[in-house]
Amino acid sequence: MKYRFPAAVGLAFLSFLGLIFVMQTFERPPVSSVQQGFRGTGMVQVANPRLAAMLRDVNQAPPALEAASADGDRASTIYENVPLLGHLSIEQFGRLMQAMTEWVSPEAGCNGCHVEGNFAAENVYQKQVSRRMIQMVQRINTQWTNHVEAVGVTCYTCHRGQPVPAAHWAAMPEHGARGMAASADRQNLGLPSVGLASLPHDPYSVYLAGGADIRVATRTPLPSGNRQTIQGTEATYGLMMHLSQALGVNCTFCHNSRSFASWEESNPHRQTAWYGIRMLRDINADYIAPLRDILPPERRGPMGDALQANCATCHRGLSEPLYGAPMLRDYPELAPAAAAPR
Amino acid sequence: MLLRARRPEYLNLFTRVQVRGPAYEGVFIGADAAFRGRRHGFSYLLGKIGDAQVGPIYLGYLGVLSIVCGFVAFEIIGLNMLASVDWNFIEFIRRLPWLALEPPSPAYGLRFPPMREGGWWLVAGFFLTASILLWWARIYRRARQLGMGTHVAWGFAAAIWLYLVLGFIRPLMMGSWSEAVPFGIFPHLDWTAAFSIRYGNLFYNPFHALSIVFLYGSTLLFAMHGATILAVSRFGSEREVEQTIDRGTAAERAGIFWRWTMGFCATFESLHRWAWWFAALTPITGGIGILLTGTVVDNWYLWAVERGYAPDYPQVFPNVTDPSLATGGVR
Repeated sequence: MKYRFPAAVGLAFLSFLGLIFVMQTFERPPVSSVQQGFRGTGMVQVANPRLAAMLRDVNQAPPALEAASADGDRASTIYENVPLLGHLSIEQFGRLMQAMTEWVSPEAGCNGCHVEGNFAAENVYQKQVSRRMIQMVQRINTQWTNHVEAVGVTCYTCHRGQPVPAAHWAAMPEHGARGMAASADRQNLGLPSVGLASLPHDPYSVYLAGGADIRVATRTPLPSGNRQTIQGTEATYGLMMHLSQALGVNCTFCHNSRSFASWEESNPHRQTAWYGIRMLRDINADYIAPLRDILPPERRGPMGDALQANCATCHRGLSEPLYGAPMLRDYPELAPAAAAPR
Repeated sequence: MLLRARRPEYLNLFTRVQVRGPAYEGVFIGADAAFRGRRHGFSYLLGKIGDAQVGPIYLGYLGVLSIVCGFVAFEIIGLNMLASVDWNFIEFIRRLPWLALEPPSPAYGLRFPPMREGGWWLVAGFFLTASILLWWARIYRRARQLGMGTHVAWGFAAAIWLYLVLGFIRPLMMGSWSEAVPFGIFPHLDWTAAFSIRYGNLFYNPFHALSIVFLYGSTLLFAMHGATILAVSRFGSEREVEQTIDRGTAAERAGIFWRWTMGFCATFESLHRWAWWFAALTPITGGIGILLTGTVVDNWYLWAVERGYAPDYPQVFPNVTDPSLATGGVR
């Protein structure tokens, strides 16, 4: 019996550690689940209403500005240097400028992009970036409706009142290329980008800028020349962790996890996501990455490239950005009927 | 006659009585005794969960070599992990569960890569394997020397089979070291998940299913056996010799208990045979399942559905098709 006291202390200490583990690991209820596929296949979306409520405030679309008349003189008749939006009426043009200021640069106001007293001046890099971004938004809204559908996007979908969208990515330097452990580079750090797993933590430059093949499983039961590797599978897994986190969904939002590859057993959301990945490749390569030449160093990533878009840039924890608020409906200038020039 | 204990003395987490006589060095082994250590003593705390006598240990050449090889592998793995966080010791502790020594990249196939790109993985694997095989030889010889059967060694060999399939035999058959498992805590778990996904879901591998049957069966058998023996410890179930030949003993009651509840029971001998085979078959069947993956079957899900081994569920969402096959669309 002489060891009773230390044993009790030890037990209390272990219980304390256990409690910390439980509190750190598990989510406090309630948890709701919604079936989204054939019964018994685990095609279920799990959500915690308490945590979902925390996303609500930061994902509200701002009220639309009062509609502008399309009549009257064209903006190009009184403004110089308006190649992209000069065909709008003066009223429409002013309304869109006002909306963009609120969406992107509410603090600096017009001076976020313009030289005071000379709105036509081109020597502000933000103005050139904005012009390119308007073209990008127009391209998304006209060419990528497979992904954004009629809801579309506006500047606010990404910017949320900030000059630089909060969720972005940039190429990272190699962390362990020196020394003896080069084979562990770009993985095994447990970073948030891949859900704290030991997976390769930069799926973005591989899959959202580069066009690496995401599919890994063989399409025949027996070997038929599929050269995909386990390392490639881990990289794909990392990308999927990013999608899952960015959209606030689990794997079964798109896939039947018994066969991730099977389209027949997938949810239609998977098609939307498939187009979304191609959309990101398109806009990162053609619109965002080339901006590195005009961006100042403090607006670039550690390797000097432009800060690029991933799923989280728009989605911010929701499967439909801004809960599917149809902002584009109030700003039809951002989806011109004619295909936007690239 | 049914006995009822006045107070539940048999409900103990720890050994109640420690009988402590003079320390015993073990059976006479002649000149080999030189390889057996001399240090031995008693531990009250260890006596709570096992035999209170600690030592002497018989290391011998095989034991020493095994420990040296194991230490070399441990050091290589640890130093590689430390290097991967740029020799920052704080980061090493903080990220330890995530760190790994990774196998060579697929580009190297079965060639010996530069040390920093997987060469260290091969060297560590060599020393770890040497350590394990030396330890196997050691327990085989120690069992022989004691006049025992070699059941423990062959049980260990079953586990070594799975280890060799994962890290050596299957990579050889696939023609690439990159197919093998990294040394690391979370990384080897991520490898497991990726391995399953790459080869179309390992749950549809029947040998994986068999392995799980034996794994969970082992735990069930172990729990039943442990519970049964503890439950009759009030009748002296630890005294096996007289138990097996007398009437009314703990052993007979334990057998009768299972005969009454399920109509059939093991004997004191056969129970351990069941347990041994369940435990050994877990890695044996698992190893077969791993060995067939990527070599004979490349997508277990498609294989299982095609052969009616798994159901093909109805398509709930119509018109979900592969967008990459759409004509004129993006790729």
